[in-house]
Parts: sequence; structure tokens; C-alpha cells
Amino acid sequence: MNLTIKDLRAGLPDRQILKGVSLEIPDGEIHALMGPNGSGKSTLANVLAGYPQYEVTGGSAFLGDTDLLELEAHERARTGLFLAFQYPVEVPGITISKFLKRAVELRRGEEEIFNLSSYVKELGSAMDFMHIDRKFINRYLNEGFSGGEKKRMEILQMMMLKPDFAVLDETDSGLDIDALQVVSNGINKLRGRGFAGLVITHYQRILNYVKPDKVHVMVNGRIVLSGGSDVARELEAKGYDWVKETLLPDDDEAGGFGSDTSGAGAEKRSSASNHREAAS
Amino acid sequence: MIDTQAPVSGLSDYQFGFSDPEISVFKPEKGLNEKIIRTISAHKNEPEWMLEYRLRALRAFRRKPMPNWGAEIGDFDFDDVYYYIKPIDEGVANWEDLPEDILNTYDKLGLPEAERKFLAGMGAQYDSEVVYHSIKAGLEEQGVIFLPPEEAVARHPDLVRKYFGKVVPYNDNKFSALNSAAWSGGTFLYIPPNVKVEIPLQSYFRINSENLGQFERTLIIADKNSFVHYIEGCTAPIYTTDLLHSAVVEIIAEEGARVRYTTIQNWSGNVYNLVTQRALVKKNAAVEWVDGNIGSKRTMKYPAVYLTGEGAHGEILSIAFGGRGQEQDTGGKAVHKASNTSSVITSKSISKDGGIASYRGLVKVAEGLKNVKSHVICDALLLDETSITRTFPYMEIESEDVSMEHEALVSRISEDQLFYLMARGLSEEEASMMIVNGFLEPLVKQLPMEYAVELNRLIELEMEGSVG
Repeated sequence: MNLTIKDLRAGLPDRQILKGVSLEIPDGEIHALMGPNGSGKSTLANVLAGYPQYEVTGGSAFLGDTDLLELEAHERARTGLFLAFQYPVEVPGITISKFLKRAVELRRGEEEIFNLSSYVKELGSAMDFMHIDRKFINRYLNEGFSGGEKKRMEILQMMMLKPDFAVLDETDSGLDIDALQVVSNGINKLRGRGFAGLVITHYQRILNYVKPDKVHVMVNGRIVLSGGSDVARELEAKGYDWVKETLLPDDDEAGGFGSDTSGAGAEKRSSASNHREAAS
Repeated sequence: MIDTQAPVSGLSDYQFGFSDPEISVFKPEKGLNEKIIRTISAHKNEPEWMLEYRLRALRAFRRKPMPNWGAEIGDFDFDDVYYYIKPIDEGVANWEDLPEDILNTYDKLGLPEAERKFLAGMGAQYDSEVVYHSIKAGLEEQGVIFLPPEEAVARHPDLVRKYFGKVVPYNDNKFSALNSAAWSGGTFLYIPPNVKVEIPLQSYFRINSENLGQFERTLIIADKNSFVHYIEGCTAPIYTTDLLHSAVVEIIAEEGARVRYTTIQNWSGNVYNLVTQRALVKKNAAVEWVDGNIGSKRTMKYPAVYLTGEGAHGEILSIAFGGRGQEQDTGGKAVHKASNTSSVITSKSISKDGGIASYRGLVKVAEGLKNVKSHVICDALLLDETSITRTFPYMEIESEDVSMEHEALVSRISEDQLFYLMARGLSEEEASMMIVNGFLEPLVKQLPMEYAVELNRLIELEMEGSVG
């Protein structure tokens, strides 16, 4: 389902982090969001998912026709928004089995799901697909998991919840190449009509496996650059300093860049006079 | 186990706060004195030695000061208590023979159904007397004795006299003295050598009358290489005045025996629950206390294991929920008196709405012992800023060859955990509940399934409306 973000402004009570973000991700597409540390990428992910500590001060975010900002976090999830966490938390004492079954019930509707045996079959094959030992089903949620196991567990949840839109917050970080491939396969499996996603990453690496339809670059709470996958390669080659030095706006109130660019190639607008550091 | 839709008092979410019209065939005046003790004894046709024991205990109760530690109980008025209310003349062995009101109450509490489904025997106490008692025929044939203690005194005097008051002396503390003076009802359970009772036995304690003090007495003797799992449950009506429950539980696990004692304490929020529970664990024997304290206004209870034989093992699992107006002062005691003994104390407490949950525990190792192991874990979960948790771990270690571990952890429900679960579709309330259940899970999973379900349900009730 398509996600439409317009001029989204949000942050902590004492600090604005998102300074007018606009993004349009049509149904069926996967976009990448890149940017240096502290640019606001994870904040965007968490604001979309409804993290209560962030305050939205302006703009809008719609999933299809649903105004996300009107909903609480759990309602957004039930509507079909999924966030793969950068740092999945440990919840001791809750088995994956119990947690996942409940989450799937809430997403698909309680009457929908059971048929227990077909659910179990589906879960089993999704675990196999994600190279997760089936014994994990009785382990406590994320407790004692390695970084890679946590990330694979996020994708497993995504596969079972079948979201309309997924935000993947640095799902690739800390993964070795095999795990990266497995995780990418999981994402690609959902790709198609009825699903869209935003892959947040520092590195181009994951984009070799999950080919983005478009790449956006965020710096200092704004999208400063949008384009095709060549943008990612260019960033990889030149580094973020290049973006900061050549693309930063010179006015806090100026709004974002190029969020509605279309077609191939990067739209680059320069405001080279400003050498401010990105928000930390 | 309990599927009651009983009328619920407007005072709280407590489900079992209904009361019957008062039912009694004998109700002496309030207050504790020699006359009432003699009256109780006379009603039970007791031998002289038991009356003497009671009177000695009464003197000890008067002599002993109130504890100057533990839960806040200084304002309790021991004179404003009925020390004995006899509901019916004779206990029965068929539920149908009970007066209708009492039977209805037990039906609402789900007891007959529970007995039918998964118990090997049941005793049900109503105010001061056991009104229903029954055991599966097969067990009796194997020599298992399961009786109200009064009947055991009459029918097995030698056995009772050999053990009664030997594990918890009447003058052990103020409340053991109180119970030893005024005891009425409870359970006597004897398991012969090598008999394994695979299905649990249960006693259920119900207070009905206002201002009652309930003083049941439980004595469990597991003879050599036997096994039993005994469960007690309890509830009471909600009154504006306070109720008193002061029990003594004694367990003797002879060589190689294993006893598990599970309590799901769900008293109403007006009960002072002051209980002494202690087990004597002999050579290669094991005793486990599983102690769930959900209800009551004040609870002071520290189940103890005295490991007196080599190879003895004791385990105490304590779960406490301290909600509004509640103070749970609970924990456990492990006293090692022989080499090669081991103990584990695990305490999990939850505090919310200004409630207090304290862990108070003692590990004691006598002099000159070898290879003693003890492990104490206490975890506390605070659900809000106004609630309180405290930890009082005492250790008296007088031997060298001791492995002693102690872990304590206080945590709060973290915003990140809540958000993670909410981002998967769980409401804030359900997410909190799931985190609390997860916190208790390592203990709850050791309960028989029906009781695990019951305990989870009680905690869910306590949690209702706590998110906001």
C-alpha cells in the first residue's frame, strides 16, 4: 500500500529532529533511505510507528487513506504498518510462539487465523526460509539472541504479519553476508502488489540484494536528495561529507528537497554555502 | 478452574468478595482469653494434653511482643476478633449435604469441579471448621491419612502427638503462639513409606463472617521415599472491617521423601495474613514451597526449609503482588544443618498503585558443614513511580565450604518493551500484562497447569485498569 508523508515535522520536546520530511512511496515499490548518523532516519521510522516520546509538530503521514498520526502505535500495526526495529528489545518470559500467535491474531483478525494447523505450517516454513531453528519458537522473545538472530526474527515477524507497508530500520547492520542474504530474501518475498517498504540503511550493501525503486538521502532532518540506485553507489563512493558539503540547505525553514522527484538520475540541488554539521 | 460470575463488590475488582448470610451454630463473643480457648477445646472433645498445649501457647502469645519489623500491622486490634465461629455441627463427605448457601459459595469458587477434575482429595474450611472432606478411595487403601486435624487428634493420637508443634514450636513467634492457642480446622496429612500420591490434594480456606480470625493448622508427614503435592487456596468477602488469618503449617519430609506445597493466596483486601510455614527436610529428602501471595491487606509469610539430613534439598518460590493498600512482606528461610545440602530461594514481586512488596529472606549455615550450596534470586518489578519494593536478604554463614549466590534485580516496565509489543499490534494494557506475565513465567510454569492459569488470571484481574 502506498505511504504518503508530507512536510512531517517531529522531535523531542526540546529538539526538533524531522524538519519537514516529504516522501511518496507507491504501492509495490521499495525505497531506500540513506543518510549519516543522526540525520533523523530512525526518528522517522519511530515517528511513523508511533513511538510515544516523539512529538509530531506538523505535517501528515498516510498509509493508503489511513491517517497514521491519528492512531496509537498498536492501531497502526493492526492497520498494516510494520517496523523492523534497529535494536529489537528483549522481553523475558514471553515465548516467540505465544507472542507471534497473538500478534498475527491481532493483525489478521482472531476469527481469520485458526485453522491452527495451517498457521503452524506457515510459521514452520517461514522459519525454515529465514534459517531460524524451529526450536526458537519456545525461546523467550529476543532474549539472549545474537544481533543476527534478532534481525532474522524481525523479518520472520514481518513475513507472518504480512504488512501493507514495512519500515526496515537498519536491518542490515551487524549482519554477515550470509545473514544479509537471508534477510534480503525475506524482504523480497513480500515484494509485489499490496506491499511497499522503506529500507533504512547506512550502506549500499543491502541494496545489492533488495533493489530499491528509489533512493532518498536524509541529512539533518530533511530529504536532500532523491534518485535511482545510482545515488546509493555515488554515496558509497564519495561518502556523506560530500552530501553535507554540497547539498545542505542554508535555511532551517526551507523544507526538504526533491521528495517528489521522478525519473532516473539524481536531482541535485546545491546550497554549498552551509557547512553545518548534521544533527547529532 | 474458577469460572464464577459472582456479584462483585463495588469496592474493587476482587471477584470473590461476596458473602453469605452468616451461618453459625455456635459463635462465642469476641476476644482472646482462657475461656474461649477452653470452649474451643471442649467443642472438639480434645484430650487434656492438647488443651494444656493451647493454654501454654496463649500465655506465650501474651508474653511475646509484636514484631518490630515486617509489614505495618501495629494498628490491628486483636480484641476485635471472633476467635471461633462454628458454621455447622458436623463436617460432611458429600458436597450435597452442605447447607445450600455454603454449597453455593463453593460452587462459585469452583471447588467441586476442581476436585472432580484434577484432585485426589479435598478439604474445605468455612470460617473455623472444615465442613467438607473427602479423599479418593484408592489412597485410603494405601494408608494415606487425610483428615481435619481435630479428627486426626481423635483417631491417630500417637502420630499427631509425635509431630504436632515439633517443627514450629508454639513459642516460635507471636503468631505461631496465637495459632497454637486458638487453632481450628486445617489439615492432617500422612503419606506412608514409598507411597507416591501423583495427583494433588487440596485444602481451601474460606472466611465468611465479619471480624473472624481463622487459625487453621496443617501438619504434613511424608514418610520415607513418599511423594505428595498439596495445594491450598483461600478467599474471603470484602468487609469494611478487618479479618485475621494466622495459620501454622508444619511439614516433615522423612528420608528420601518429596513434598511440594503450593499456596495461591487470594484473600480480600481486608485480611491480615500472618502465617508461619516450616518444613523439616531429612536425609536426601526435598521440600518445595510455591507461595503465591496475590491478595490480603498485610501478609507476613516466610516459608522455611530446615535441612537437617545430608543430601536434603529445599526450594522456595515466592510470588507477591502488592497493589493499592497492600503490603506483602514475604520471602523464605533456608537453614542448613547438615553437609551436602542445597537450597534455592526465588522471589518475584510486582508492586503497583502504591503497593509495597518486600522480600525478606534468611540463609543460615551451621558450623562445621561441608559442601553446602544456596542460591537466592529476588527480582522486583515496579509498575509505577508510587509503588515500593524492598529487599532484606540476611545471611548467617558459619561454615567455610559454602557456595552462596545472591542476585537481586529491580526493574520497571520499560517504554521500549511496551513500544515494541505495541508496534506488533498489542494494546498498551495487553502489552503491560504480557510483560508482567513474562516476568512471572519462570515461576508460573512450575505450577500444575490449572493453577498456572488461575494465577495468571488473578494477576490479570489485579492489573486491570492499572494502565493509564
